[in-house]
Amino acid sequence: MWRYIGRKLFVYLLTFIVAVTINWMIPRFMPGDPVRSMLSRAQVSNPEALERMTTYYNEVFGLDRSLPQQYLSFWSGLLRGDLGISTMLYPEPVLDIILRAVPYTLGLLLPAILLSWIIGNRFGAFAARSKVLDNTVLPVGYVLTATPYMWLALLLAWSLGIVAGVFPVAGGYSYSLRPDFSWMFISSLLSHWVLPFLSLFIVALGGWAIGMRNMIIYELEADYANYLQALGAPRRLIRRYAFRNAMLPQITGLAVQLGTLIAGALLTEIVFNYPGLGTLILSSLNSRDFFLLQGIFLFVVIGVLIANFIIDIVYVLIDPRTRVQMTGGSS
Amino acid sequence: MRNLRLPAALAALAIAATACSGDGGDGSGASGGQYPRNETLYTTGTAWGPPTSWNPMMRGQYAVGTIGLVYEPLFLFDPDAGEYVHWLAESDEWTADNVHQITLREGVTWTDGEPLVAEDVVTTMELGQLDGSPYSNLWTYVESVEATDERTVEVTFSDSRPQEWMNWAYTSPIVPAHIWGEMSESDVLDSANENPVGTGSYVYESHSDDRMVWERNDDWWATEALDLDMDARYIVDIVNASNEVTMGMLNQNEVDLSNNFLPGIDQVLNSDGNVTSFYDGPPYMRSANTAWLVPNLTKAPLDDVEFRQALAHAIDLQQIVEGPYSNLVEPANPTGLLPEWDAYIDHELVETEGFSYNADEAVAILEEAGYLDQDGDGFVETPDGDPISLTLEVPSGWTDWMESARLIAENAKAVGINVEAQFPEFDLLVDNRNAGEFDLIINNERQLSNTPWTYYDYLFRLPINDQQTTVNFHRYENEEAWELTEQLAAVPVDDVEAAAEITSQIQEIQLAELPAIPLWYNGLWSQSTNQHWTNWPSEHSDTPNSPATLWNGWLELGAITTLAEIEPVE
Repeated sequence: MWRYIGRKLFVYLLTFIVAVTINWMIPRFMPGDPVRSMLSRAQVSNPEALERMTTYYNEVFGLDRSLPQQYLSFWSGLLRGDLGISTMLYPEPVLDIILRAVPYTLGLLLPAILLSWIIGNRFGAFAARSKVLDNTVLPVGYVLTATPYMWLALLLAWSLGIVAGVFPVAGGYSYSLRPDFSWMFISSLLSHWVLPFLSLFIVALGGWAIGMRNMIIYELEADYANYLQALGAPRRLIRRYAFRNAMLPQITGLAVQLGTLIAGALLTEIVFNYPGLGTLILSSLNSRDFFLLQGIFLFVVIGVLIANFIIDIVYVLIDPRTRVQMTGGSS
Repeated sequence: MRNLRLPAALAALAIAATACSGDGGDGSGASGGQYPRNETLYTTGTAWGPPTSWNPMMRGQYAVGTIGLVYEPLFLFDPDAGEYVHWLAESDEWTADNVHQITLREGVTWTDGEPLVAEDVVTTMELGQLDGSPYSNLWTYVESVEATDERTVEVTFSDSRPQEWMNWAYTSPIVPAHIWGEMSESDVLDSANENPVGTGSYVYESHSDDRMVWERNDDWWATEALDLDMDARYIVDIVNASNEVTMGMLNQNEVDLSNNFLPGIDQVLNSDGNVTSFYDGPPYMRSANTAWLVPNLTKAPLDDVEFRQALAHAIDLQQIVEGPYSNLVEPANPTGLLPEWDAYIDHELVETEGFSYNADEAVAILEEAGYLDQDGDGFVETPDGDPISLTLEVPSGWTDWMESARLIAENAKAVGINVEAQFPEFDLLVDNRNAGEFDLIINNERQLSNTPWTYYDYLFRLPINDQQTTVNFHRYENEEAWELTEQLAAVPVDDVEAAAEITSQIQEIQLAELPAIPLWYNGLWSQSTNQHWTNWPSEHSDTPNSPATLWNGWLELGAITTLAEIEPVE
């Protein structure tokens, strides 16, 4: 077990280092100069003043040093939990800005991922049993899973938000409220959460339902199922076994899908102007805020790695074969 | 191996739990409560990023309303009447050609209780002596500023430029001397100034990443002095998201005033009586600035007047106005001056010398100047036989400009000029523009103001630096034109006739030389909903005429009175 976890940890560490390096590189090779764009927003017209301010800010952000030096100081800052200072929200530290946005993104993502996975699997398994459901769920599921998140989001915003007027279409909570711990605020938070959640949930649901339906059919035709049936086992028992076996690829699928889901959540946030990481990425991109962009991606990378790690551990729990392998079975 | 299950499950749970902790908690903890809808005005369309600074010296970075709602200038300018409105100044007088005496209003107090005194004006102007101050050029023509008594300021000019000076006087807000006089240089230019102390109608209430909230200042001087009542106790300015979001919020009446350019808004205005704009029909919006086609005059063949004339004649503005803009804008006058400046346009001259769309004429000009298609590829070459290939750059994502740029390129190709539309990132374009590394760009950075001088400053300012950050991107060098512009700055502000005489001379040069080609008047994008607030400015006689916008610089052009004129719906 520990060797398994250790090996996994090593792989994750390597992934982390590579991801962080790429993450550091990309904004620096983008066209545009963060300091210049910050100053051009300030509309400094005097060229001498501009020159002096550019030097000053380059020093503040450490952009006057050579690239290797910047890279090293980035790592040393990172290990101290210092992600630098944002140029867009100068002079606020990047970490504070991100921590403000993270709850919104997590509050969307976790329920959407977990609920869609659980309900999608149950529903897919159920659909595999019924001819009528199978004929309807399958096509609908295919359409849903092929739907781009933001497109569905726009559709939902238009139908449930603008035409029906049931849900608000923008923001994390009503623009007429100050954040506090009251029933009014929490209900506003919830009603603003519903549409972005739904657009993530519905798309993911289709994918899981199809996957599960296919797996169940495959498992029911496997030898062990036929054997059990020949022994006269009740159909419910066979289905239970089939379901447990079919879950395994679905869990792997969850790990693989995580990245796509997060990217989808980021786009969905932009559609609903939801104050999470996605909206933050867009605005930091627009104002060439390297440091913030870097910080957000770092958070996303860490999030994906942690989630994958959790799934790895869960896998050990539910698949006895991996445990046998770890205790020196065949490898 | 079963005993591994529990610890592993616990580990998974623990990691997941730490990841979720803090979920939902948003601890910027102001006191609870809701802004009452009938006392709150929701606006959007000005802020492009989270509010981070309330420092009026950080132009372009301050939160929406910092200048105008909190910090106020000495004068406002009413562009329709062409008049200055006394604001913090009660009266003013030119006691000599180069001495301007300004008397401040009595009874104006800062929100910390201190009275407004002449020393505040002196300190504000002296902040211009700091390097990096947004108005450091003030001291190139101001000799001294003196507080002669509690409420009187005397400004003496070394070089009297009333037009330029009055432009400063209505665009620059006065800051309190007892606070700003003691701040260090870097604090003045660089601090967020979280607790802005102003004289204005609103005070800071709260902010978060997606909104800025102002609360009414019940002790505002103008309530008594000018009978202006702010019915909106709160103004919530929402940071821009996408067009779709803004459109949705307008439809849901969640926002009362939107200053975004919303493509297709004409359909909404025509079909939804609840959403209104200034004019009932095209162009729906008032004009706010001129979009110019800026050629790089340091590059051949754009340095050739004949070539520029041909290009100007080749552009079918009507097609752009009706196409990408669906009549939301109007074609610009050949001088580029806004309709409010009609008195400064020499219409006879424009009649004879101004360009208009005429493809045949464009071809004829090209032929006469020796630009011929020698190799038969459909595009003309320079008289020396070098091929011509130009790019027209507009920022990526500015969809209306991108469409227009494509049309301009098509128009140019139709007369044989090879122009290719390109859409680089905004910041890259700004870098290239400032450094003079472009062929053609579209730019509209100069807004409506008190005097056409600001436009000629934009077109002709000398000397040319390596980096041209705000004016003369086309790098046009004409001593005579710049001299005339400087003369214009020196004309007394109420002498329109003398100013028009000079602008006529300038226009003669401008129309002959075409340093930049005026395209269309960009609108003062403004659409409002009548569900919660009414009496929005419109062309009708029973409504105000002032601009309805919170754009930077427009509160001083009278938009502040719009806020006092609108009425809540009972």
